[in-house]
Amino acid sequence: MLRLAAYGLRARPLRVVLSALGIAIGIAAMVAVVGTSTSSRAKLDRQLAALGTNLLTVAPGQTLFGEKATLPDQSVAMISRVGPVESVAAIGQLPDAKVYRTNKIPAPQSGGIGTYAVRTDLLNTVGGTVASGTWLNAATAQYPAVVLGAATAEHLGITAASANMQIWLGGRWFTVVGILDPVPLAPELDLGALIGWPAAQRYLGLDADITTVYTRTDPDTVEAVRELLARTANPAQPNEVDVSRPSDALAAQAAAETTFTGLLLGLGAVALLVGGIGVANTMVISVLERRAEIGLRRSLGATRRHIRIQFLTESLLLSVLGGGAGILLGAGATAGYATLQDWPTVVPTWVMAGGITATLIIGGVAGLYPAIRAARVSPTEALAAT
Amino acid sequence: MTSSAEAIVTLREVGREYPGRVTALRDIDLDIYRGELVAIVGPSGSGKTTMLNVMGTLDRPSAGQVLIDGFDIAELSDRELSALRASRIGFVFQHFHLAAGVSVLDNVADGLLYAGTGLRERRERAEAALQRVGLGRRLTHRPHALSGGEKQRTAIARAVVCEPALLLADEPTGALDSQSGEGVMRLLLDLNEIGTTIVVITHEHMVASQLPRQVSMLDGRVVGDRTAVGL
Repeated sequence: MLRLAAYGLRARPLRVVLSALGIAIGIAAMVAVVGTSTSSRAKLDRQLAALGTNLLTVAPGQTLFGEKATLPDQSVAMISRVGPVESVAAIGQLPDAKVYRTNKIPAPQSGGIGTYAVRTDLLNTVGGTVASGTWLNAATAQYPAVVLGAATAEHLGITAASANMQIWLGGRWFTVVGILDPVPLAPELDLGALIGWPAAQRYLGLDADITTVYTRTDPDTVEAVRELLARTANPAQPNEVDVSRPSDALAAQAAAETTFTGLLLGLGAVALLVGGIGVANTMVISVLERRAEIGLRRSLGATRRHIRIQFLTESLLLSVLGGGAGILLGAGATAGYATLQDWPTVVPTWVMAGGITATLIIGGVAGLYPAIRAARVSPTEALAAT
Repeated sequence: MTSSAEAIVTLREVGREYPGRVTALRDIDLDIYRGELVAIVGPSGSGKTTMLNVMGTLDRPSAGQVLIDGFDIAELSDRELSALRASRIGFVFQHFHLAAGVSVLDNVADGLLYAGTGLRERRERAEAALQRVGLGRRLTHRPHALSGGEKQRTAIARAVVCEPALLLADEPTGALDSQSGEGVMRLLLDLNEIGTTIVVITHEHMVASQLPRQVSMLDGRVVGDRTAVGL
């Protein structure tokens, strides 16, 4: 029966292509949509796996009077004493130490760059990487050395760290010893200029208040630790502490995409429906054109059932051709887009299996009425000599 | 052609009416015996094609009894009639009705498609049938590459590949030039000689006169039944 169906289709190749095209486009759209969203999610998952989801950020919120609160000095020590905590790093913002490219720039044009006093274990804790130069170490933390966040460096027009590269920070020259890559889990650092805590004290005369504590904990206990951190950091006023999990923000991005994906899938389904109508149309015309063939086959001994099955099989074959082409197209489009976006290419098997099932159903439904019509053709009328 | 031969086709008081009071066949009584070569001749509208359709079980009569190869048509279901056609009856049509994109061999093999034979056996028997009709060297050709006479011979091969008890030909030379037409008639005569019962519908008396028995029809009735002596 399959051979027969194939012969039937081979007689009119252009018609086959055009009819199968509708289904191919519908399936391709659905596969591509699911593929790209899965691929982007895979990229995100890889990113999160690399960065870790066990980073918690503790920041002072607001006091009851609406003022910006601060974290007590012992908060770092207290937090590090919580069992599952693996590492703790604090930064303190220095709002009065403005950053300029040179000392000739008027005061108000500080470009929104925040100056932070940081401890040397910060980079490890937030999972940052150095783009140029080096991170602060025990020695440089005591000298007027600064590491710039990625956005800061771009802002100031500095592309590389070197011994000769200096910026005007807090009223004196600091040497740019390093520039960071963007830090996905702590984006506030991207627009930051980071100097060592001892340097802040010695050269700027400032004793920074702790403005944010970053802490890494045992991945299995993240939620539990999150509960206690507020109380640990500020036992007196736990409601003045904000604890957040930066990886949640990244994960939330992925969630926002699902609604969009759903919409596009819906559109793909509509295209598929239209494709099915195209197949039905082709089959109806085919039956009308092939009345003589049907009459002949009946004279050769075909039952009505044989005729029905023949045309139904043709319809299914036509749809499957479209579906197969659609899957290839969709997977190809996914691969192309993913490679362009530097994502891994992931096309879930369920969408391909679903695609084939959908085409079989569409092909069956589309071909049913034409097949029944074909079986009812009267052989004598069909074979009447013209 | 002797009276002791069995009847392949028996029609008793057969009538066929269509909606709108069109009477295609009236009160037909006819017997066709095994091994006969019969022409059914008459002008257009005389009911010849309806007669062929009834004999070939493609159409059921409105009245009367039809027996084909011993089977009473009225007692058979549509599926059983199809099985009968697949194995006992072969058809040849004026316009050949060959499948366009398919080789000559596969066209003929289709004659056994609904008889439950496997692909290889179908092709072997198709090849043998094509040899018999003289087209052994055209197996892989497509119908569009054949002449009219060759197409009809292919159709005849398809009709006889299942070795039917009865071969029904509706105006087999109607679409052919006189030379090809002669060739086809010769082929039918040869097939009859080896024992196939053949009924030829035609409106041409020239064709009919070549056959030993001529049944004349007019307005749905049999008006003459001549068996030529010594033919």
